[in-house]
Amino acid sequence: MTRPVSLLRRGLDSDLVWQFRQAPAAVLAAAVLLVMVVCAVAAPLIAPHTPFDPGSLNLMDSRLPPAWVEGGNPSYLLGTDEQGRDVLSTIFYGMRISLAVGVAAVLLSVTIGVTLGLVAGWFGGWIDALIMRMGDVQLSFPTIMIAFFIDGVAKAVMPPDLHQATRFYVVILAIGVADWVQFARTVRAATLIEKNKDYAAAARLSGVSSLRILFTHVLPNTMGPVIILATLGLGVAILTEAILSFLGLGMPPTQPSLGALIRVGNDLLLSGEWWISMFPGLALVLLVLSVNIFGDWLRHALNPRLK
Amino acid sequence: MPAAVVSVRDVGRSFDVSAPLVQRLVTRAPRRSVRAVDGVSFEIEEGTTFAIVGESGCGKSTLTRLVAGLDTPSEGEVTLLGRLGRGPRLQMVFQDPVGSLNPRWRIGRSIAEPMPERLSGAARQARVAELLQTVGLAADDAAKFPHEFSGGQRQRIAIARALAAEADLLLLDEPTSALDVSVQAQVLNLLKDLQDRLGLTYLFISHNLAVVRFMADRLAIMYLGRIVEEGPAGRLFDAPAHPYTRKLLETVPDVDNPRRARETEGFEVPSPLDLPGGCTFHPRCPLAGDRCRNERPVLRDRPNGTRVACHAVTD
Amino acid sequence: MLSLVLRRLGSVLLVMLVVAGMSFLIFNYLGDPVNNILGVNATLDERDALRRTLGLDQPTWVQFWRFLERAVVGDFGISYRNRLPVLELILSRLPATLELVFCATVLALGLGIPIGVYCALRPRGAVSRVLQIVALVGISIPQFLIGMLLILILSVELRWLSAFGRGEVVQIGWWSTGLLTESGRQALIMPVITLAVFQISMIMRLVQGEMQEVMRADFIKFARARGLSDRSVHLRHALRNSLLPVVTVVGMQIGSLIAFAIVCEAVFQWPGLGLLILQAIEYADFPVMAAYLAFVGFGFAMINLTVDMIYLFIDPRMRRA
Repeated sequence: MTRPVSLLRRGLDSDLVWQFRQAPAAVLAAAVLLVMVVCAVAAPLIAPHTPFDPGSLNLMDSRLPPAWVEGGNPSYLLGTDEQGRDVLSTIFYGMRISLAVGVAAVLLSVTIGVTLGLVAGWFGGWIDALIMRMGDVQLSFPTIMIAFFIDGVAKAVMPPDLHQATRFYVVILAIGVADWVQFARTVRAATLIEKNKDYAAAARLSGVSSLRILFTHVLPNTMGPVIILATLGLGVAILTEAILSFLGLGMPPTQPSLGALIRVGNDLLLSGEWWISMFPGLALVLLVLSVNIFGDWLRHALNPRLK
Repeated sequence: MPAAVVSVRDVGRSFDVSAPLVQRLVTRAPRRSVRAVDGVSFEIEEGTTFAIVGESGCGKSTLTRLVAGLDTPSEGEVTLLGRLGRGPRLQMVFQDPVGSLNPRWRIGRSIAEPMPERLSGAARQARVAELLQTVGLAADDAAKFPHEFSGGQRQRIAIARALAAEADLLLLDEPTSALDVSVQAQVLNLLKDLQDRLGLTYLFISHNLAVVRFMADRLAIMYLGRIVEEGPAGRLFDAPAHPYTRKLLETVPDVDNPRRARETEGFEVPSPLDLPGGCTFHPRCPLAGDRCRNERPVLRDRPNGTRVACHAVTD
Repeated sequence: MLSLVLRRLGSVLLVMLVVAGMSFLIFNYLGDPVNNILGVNATLDERDALRRTLGLDQPTWVQFWRFLERAVVGDFGISYRNRLPVLELILSRLPATLELVFCATVLALGLGIPIGVYCALRPRGAVSRVLQIVALVGISIPQFLIGMLLILILSVELRWLSAFGRGEVVQIGWWSTGLLTESGRQALIMPVITLAVFQISMIMRLVQGEMQEVMRADFIKFARARGLSDRSVHLRHALRNSLLPVVTVVGMQIGSLIAFAIVCEAVFQWPGLGLLILQAIEYADFPVMAAYLAFVGFGFAMINLTVDMIYLFIDPRMRRA
C-alpha cells in the first residue's frame, strides 16, 4: 500500500519541512549535527589514525601541538596526547561513545518514563499516587546529582575489574534512571485525556483489551511531546555523561568519551598542552549546542501554542 | 411477549467528592459523596427503544455508563439478557461526533476495530464497505480520516462501527444533540430504519422531548438521579402525571397552539451535593404538601400502565 | 493556606524519609556498620561488643530507627579512609563549599538581574544583542570547560592567579573562611566565576523574558497612562512582577549549584564537600557517602521548602488556595 516515493514526497511537502526551511539556525544546527553523527558513526573508516591500537602508537609523536603551531606535524592535524594518540581521531571515536551513551540513556529514560506514565494514567488509584510521588521526590534533586550518586555507588560497590567491564552500561543506567520523571508526567497527562475519549470507551465496549487500547489508541497520541522531550533530553544526557566522565565516574581513558578525553587533557593543562583538552571540549560544545538548538526548534514547530 | 434485553434493578452510583485528606483533617470537614443515580429500575424489551429524559446533571449519562459496563454501580445490578446462549453485544454512539473517532485512524480501521480477530483482511474490507453503504456513505470513504467528514457523517460512521460489532443493543447518548436540525432528522431516520431491518434494541438518552417523541416506545423521566415517571411513550405524552413531567412537556413548543401559556422557570435545580429531603422535587413543585417535604415517594403503578413517584398523584 | 503549608511539609518529610532510607541502605548494607563506626583498625572484642549493642540481629526497621536516632545527632560513624568522625570531616569541608556557592549566588543575582532588566528595556540595542549571544553560549558550555579555560588564560598564560586550592584561610570557631585574606579572596575568583556563568546567563534570560512579558500587560499601560515616570513603571511595577518566577528558579538553582560545585571543586582542587565525596567514592568510604547523601538531601528539602514559603508570601493569589 505505502509507496516509499510518494511517502517521501508527502514528507517533503509537509508543514514541518516548510517550517524547517524557514529557520536558518535550525538548518545550521541540523547540518552540524549531521556531520558530527556521520564522523562518529564512520569513525573507523574516516579517522586519520587508529588511536586505540597500541601497535600504531609512537611515543616519539606524543604531545605534538596542532599542525599549524610551531613544532606541529601535518599528519596530526589537531596534535597528539601524551600517549601519542591523534587528537582528531580520538575525538571521532569519543563522539561515537558520547552519542551512543546519550542516545541509549535517553531511550532508557523514555522506556521507563512512558511505561510508568501509561500505567499511572491508565490505572490511577494508589499505583498512580505511588509513581507520581516517586517522581516528585526524585524531582526535588537535580538530574546530575542523581546520576552522580547512582554511578558513584556502583563504582564504590563493584570490584574494580567488574566495574571496568561494565562502565558503559552503568553510565547509561545512571543517566537513564535519573531522567525518567518528565516523560512519565507528560505521558500520564496525555493518557488521562486519551482514556476518557469516547473512542477509547467504544473500543472497550467492543471487547478490545486494555493493553491493546493502550498501544493502539493511547500511546500513539502521546508520542508528539515525548519526541520533543527526548530531543532536548539528548543534549542533557550527553552533557551529564561528559560531567560524570570528567569526574572519573563515567567512561575510562581506555574507552574514552569526549568527557573522558577532557579529563585526560585537564591533567596536562598546566604544562601548556591545551589542545589535548580544548578540542574535545569544542566538539562537546558543538554537539550539545546543535542538539539543543534543533530540539528547541522542534518544540516550537510542533507546539503551536508557543509560537 | 418479547424478552427483555436489559434489566436494571435498584441501581445506584455514588461518587466521593471529599476534599483531600490533609485539608479534611485541617478543616474537620466530613467526607462527602454525591448520589448521581439512586434506586433506578427498568427493563428494555427486544427490538424497542427505551428513552431516558432529563435535564443535564440528572444522572442519565452516569446511568448509561453503568448500563454499558464502563462504570460499576455502587448498589443494585445491571443484567444483560442474551438469546441463544450468547450475551447481547452492546455498543454506544456518543454525543460528541469529534471525540468518538480516533483522529489518527482512517475510518475504515475504526469501523473494523470491533470485528472478530478471525476475520481476514479482505473480509474486513468487504464488511466495512458494506457497513458504510448501510449507513448511507460511500464504500471508498473507508480510506479517509475523521476530519474529512461532517458531524452527521461522523455519527453515521459511529453507527457503522456499532453495527460492525454485531451489537443488538445500542446505547445512544444524545446522538443528535450536536447536529443541525436537518441533519438530526436524517440520522434519526437512519436509526429507525436500522431498527426495523435488524431488530435492534435502543437505549436512547436525550433532553430533547421532540426527538424522544419521534424515537421512543417507552420513556422514563429522570430528576436528580431518580426515575420520577415511566411508561409507554404515547401515554406519557398524552397524560403526564408527575408535576415534573408536566413541566417538561409545557416547555416543548407546540406547533398547533403556539400562543399557549408557557410557564417561565424561575427556579434553580438544587445542587446534587445538598439534596432536599423527602421528594427531591418539592421545592419546585406546585402541588407540594407536608408529606412531600418529609417522605420520599416510590414508583407506583397507575391504571393506565405507567408508573409514577408522586404523593400528590397516587393518593 | 494552612493545608497548603501542611501538604508542602508532608512532601518535604517524604523526601527526607526516602533520602534517609537510601542513606541507611548505603551505611548498613553496602558498608559494614561495625567498620563504619569503629573504623577498620578495631579489635575483635570491640567488634563483637558493638555488634551486640548495635543489634544487627534486630529486624530492619529497628536498625533503621537506630540509624535515624544517630543521624539526627549527626553521628555517621568513622570514615574508613581518614579514620576521623564523619561529622567532623563534613563540618571541616562545609565552609569551603558554602562560601563558594554563596559567592556564586550573589554574583549571579548581582549581574543577572540588572543585565536582564537592561536587555528587556532595550531588546534591539547592539549591547543587548551581544549580551544575549554571550548568555546563549553561557548556558551551553559545560562548567568544567569554563573553569579550564579560566585556568588556561589566567593561570597558565598570564600567571595572575593560582589554579588550585583556597589560599590562606582564617579559622573562626569551626568555620574556616577565605574571605578575610588576600590570597583567599584571589583563590575564590576563578571557581566563583566558573560556578556562576551558567546561573548569570540563566537568570538574565529569565528576567528579560518575564519582564518583556509583563511590560506588555495592561496594568503597565495603565501605569504609564497615569503619568508615572519610566523609572517607576520599570522598577516598581514591571520588575517586581517579573521576579516571581525568578525566585523559584533561583531556589532550584541553588540546589543544582551544590551539585555543580562538585565539578567546580574537582577542576580547582577546592577542598570542599564535592572533593570529599569524590574521594569517598574512589575509596568506597561508605560512611562518608551515606552522610553526604543525608546532608545534601536535607539541604535540598530545606531549599525547596523555603522557596515554596517565599512564593506563598509574595504571591497573594497562593494564600487563598
